[in-house]
Order: sequence, then C-alpha cells, then structure tokens
Amino acid sequence: MSNILQVTDLTKTFGKLTAVDRLSFTIEKGHVYGLLGPNGSGKSTTLGMILNVVNKTAGDFKWFEGTLTTQEALKRIGAIIERPNFYPYMTAWQNLNLVCKIKEIPNQTIDEKLEIVGLSDRKHDKFKTYSLGMKQRLAIASSLLNNPEMLILDEPTNGLDPKGIHEIRKIIKTIADQGTTIILASHLLDEVEKVCDQVIILQKGKKIFEGKVSDISLQTFWYEILVDQPEKTKEILLNHSDIQEVVIENNLLKVFPKTKALTGKDLNEFLAKQGCYLESLVKKQPRLEDEFLKITA
Amino acid sequence: MKHFVRLLNIEFYKIKHHKLSRILFIAYFVLLSGIALIAAIKFDIGHVEIHLAEQGIFNFPYIWHFNTWVADFLTFFLAIIVVSMVTNEYSYRTVKQNLIDGMSKKEFVLSKFYFLVALSLLATVFVFVMSLILGLSYSDYTSSGIIFKDIYFLVAFFLKLLGVFSFIMFLGFLFKRSAIALGFFFIWMIVEGIFYGLLRWKLFDKELAENISQFFPYTAIKNLLPEPITRLNAAKNLGKQIGEHIDKFEGVLLLNFIIVGVWITTFVYFSYKILKKRDL
Repeated sequence: MSNILQVTDLTKTFGKLTAVDRLSFTIEKGHVYGLLGPNGSGKSTTLGMILNVVNKTAGDFKWFEGTLTTQEALKRIGAIIERPNFYPYMTAWQNLNLVCKIKEIPNQTIDEKLEIVGLSDRKHDKFKTYSLGMKQRLAIASSLLNNPEMLILDEPTNGLDPKGIHEIRKIIKTIADQGTTIILASHLLDEVEKVCDQVIILQKGKKIFEGKVSDISLQTFWYEILVDQPEKTKEILLNHSDIQEVVIENNLLKVFPKTKALTGKDLNEFLAKQGCYLESLVKKQPRLEDEFLKITA
Repeated sequence: MKHFVRLLNIEFYKIKHHKLSRILFIAYFVLLSGIALIAAIKFDIGHVEIHLAEQGIFNFPYIWHFNTWVADFLTFFLAIIVVSMVTNEYSYRTVKQNLIDGMSKKEFVLSKFYFLVALSLLATVFVFVMSLILGLSYSDYTSSGIIFKDIYFLVAFFLKLLGVFSFIMFLGFLFKRSAIALGFFFIWMIVEGIFYGLLRWKLFDKELAENISQFFPYTAIKNLLPEPITRLNAAKNLGKQIGEHIDKFEGVLLLNFIIVGVWITTFVYFSYKILKKRDL
C-alpha cells in the first residue's frame, strides 16, 4: 500500500469564506511533505478536516486507500495540531499513559519516547510546569507512542526560541531519516527545505503548487559570472541561442538561461571560444523562500 | 462490555488525577455519611425532648425515601465534578487531542456518560448500604418484607442523579464554561417554576398544570423524589391538630421514571450532536 492518504476536492466554508477550496493531493508512503502557505491559507483547516476535528463542507479523503475508517487510521498515525494539548494537572508520564489508553496500545514505550525527546528526567513533573519547548517535545513523544506510519506536525516550532527550534528540528529530522511519512505544516521555509522532499503550497485555500522541493528550486536558476569586461561579455552572451537574459549587477553578470540544458561547462566553453576568460562562474538557484514568495505573491 | 470498561477507564483516569474532583468526591461521601449523625441529634425544647431517630425517620421502609431525599441535597458536589469534566476538556483543548489520538466523538460522549452512570451507581450503593445499617440499627420494623418495601426510591435516586448529571453534562457541552452551565441550570429551575405558575394562572387548573409541567426536564427529575417529611407520623399528627390533611404523598409514578429516562437519552444524544456539529 503506497498511498497513506488521498484527499479529493476537500472543501471547507465558514459562512461566505471558503477556507479550503476543492483541495486534492495524495500522501505517499516514505515521503516527507511540507504543507506551505501564508497565514490563513487553509493549512490547519485542511489538517483539522483529515483529523476529524473540523467538519468538511464537501469533498472526501481516504486513509490507507479506504481500508480504514478515519478513527481507525488515527490510531495508526501521530499528530500534533497547533499548540500541544494535555491535561495540565497530570504529569508527562500520566498524560502519555492516557494517550496509550485511548490508542489502545501498551504503555511500555512511554519511557523510550520520553528519552527520544529528552524529557526522561522531567517525566514525573506536571505538564503545567513545562516550558513551551518541553510541551512541544512532549507532544512529539505522544505522537510517536504507537510507532506511527505517518506523522502530522502543524507548526511544531511555533513560538519556540532558537534553541527550541533547533531541538525540535533535530528530532523531526531523526524521525524523517527513519523513513516515517511526515506532513509538516510550517511557515518556516528553511525548515521545510531542509526536512521535506515534497511540498504542497496553499494560498487562499487553493493548492497552487505540488511537487518535489527540488523541482520548485530547480525550475529557475542562473549563472553568476565574474569577468574583466562585463559589458562586452554581455553582448557576446546575448548571441547564445540558449540564453534568455543577461543582467549586470555590481560588475557581476547574471545569466538567465532559456532551458535547463545549458550547463556551466557549456557557458565556459562558449565564452572561451570568444576569447573571454572567466574569473569565476557559479550556478545559483533561488531558495525555497524566494520561490514561495514569488508563487504566493 | 469491553468497550464500556475501556471508556470508563479513560474517564476515570482523567478524573482521579484531578485534585478538585477528588476533594469534591471525598467531601460528598463524607457529608453523605453525615446523615447517620442525624440519628444522634436530640433537641431539648423546654420540657420537650426530641430524638430524631425516634421520630421514625429511620424506620423501614420510610428510610429509603428519607435518606435518598436528604442525600439528594448533596448532589451539587458531584454536579461540579460533572460540569468541570466536560468544560475542562474545552479549556485545556484536550477534546481535540483526544479525537486526534483516535477517540470518536461518540466514544468521547459515551465515556462521559458511562462515568455518570458509574458515579450515580456508586452514590446509590453507598446510600443503600448506609440506609440498611441505619435501618437495622434504629427501625422498629425489621422483617424482610418491610425492609425492602419502597426500595424503588433507590432506583428513583439513581435516576435522579443520572438525570441531573446528564442535564449538566449537556449544558457543559453547550456552553463550554462551568459557571455558565451551572448558572443556566439554576436559572432553568426558576424558569420551569415560572412556567408552572403561568400555566396555573392561565389554565386555572392545578392538576392540569401539574400534568403538563411533569414533562419539563427539571420538574420530571425533581418529581422522582418528593419530600418525605409529611409522611412522618409526627407531621401527620400535627396536621390533624390544625385540621389539615398534609400527607399528600401518592408514590412515584412509573411515568416519572419514563419521562426522566427520555430526558437522559435526549441530553446524551444532543451532547453528541453538539460535539459532532462543532468544529474544534
């Protein structure tokens, strides 16, 4: 079974506002998906619907190719939505024990999961005494209790200080490296870029991009060339049939190719034949953040 | 049965770690045990000495009626546990997490309801044991036929507790705030009284007004345990002296049980509907 989740035309309206608009996507096993979008783009609402805490207006979603009900599927996955929600008067261990009772799984793994997130020494402290970072780590431990086939994390580093962000990111990376399928909703694009291999970008409830993270970054690239005579070199370059545009910025030539086929080696050879010798040539790709801003602009 | 035990176990686990609920729970049973103290109370009014236990309040079968009626005054302690067990789930946002962890909305409501059944049953069993001990100690009549006569008051007490708790659970789901839910419950009690008054005023017929108002949720629950004092011989004698027949007790009708049963089902069903309809 390769599809863990299949979402078809999922729609949610709040009065006149369409928060999620006929959204369709498929989550395949073994991938790490980034769900990107500006605030109010429908990320949390989408996750809320597939986790049964927000009622869908239209459309459908199927867990494990329709072989399980949502409730059955939820016992096989782990999820954290927005801020961590636990009983403040219970200790970390007691809270996780309750999750085990709900998920109908043995509680032997609690200590192991607390160890993974580094909370072993605070396991008998009440949840209300925890810092936000610790609460977030406890939430991750909770979502790992059943060794989930898929993990859904909605803004897991929200509100954390840089140290906390680093810790959570490290934990997520470790889980991802173990082959667990992950959906990571985040507005921290570098986080998505580092952790995810697939990305779904939402805007105003609509999907505006779906594909590999590498695709989104590779769709556009350019070469930065340092030469003695930039003006002359620009003229030469514009005669190349695979070059779209050449821009001079601070004596640096930015060369935008027409096709992906144009390599740095080709460019170097072409200029050398014309008697232009380069001081440096660097291939540049936009960061996910730049592309995201461009796509959602 | 396995399903019932699992859900009850989940709810019990949540409650047993909640300090306020533990305190209220213990306070309820300690105060309930206080009914036994009534047996020791002796009034000295001039030359007249009244020993309450000797007034027949612990006589079988009257004791079932009297003790359940007195115990009912303490329901408020448990009602606070009930309302907070629902509203806390909203304020801690754990209702959302419980559902994400794999509980269905139906299971979530049922786990609360099963706990209410267990709580009502526990209180009823406690009142039964306490009344049996007090009755065997103080009753003038102890033949088995008399002891277990009128024991249906325990069923009425159980159903009354479950009725109040279900009503309050429903209000907890509806308002998501303990103070508002309890406040509404008390206002509702007054509103039903006003409705009854209006019915009597408009219909000029007490019996018809009572027949209609018996279907109101709180009145139906209240009717399960009518006041028992006027059944006491002392009260009857007092009535005779002033020329009034004050014993108006006519028993608890089967219809009362059915009405409350229907209301309990309604409250549980609408608690589920509210949870199902709302986005969390």
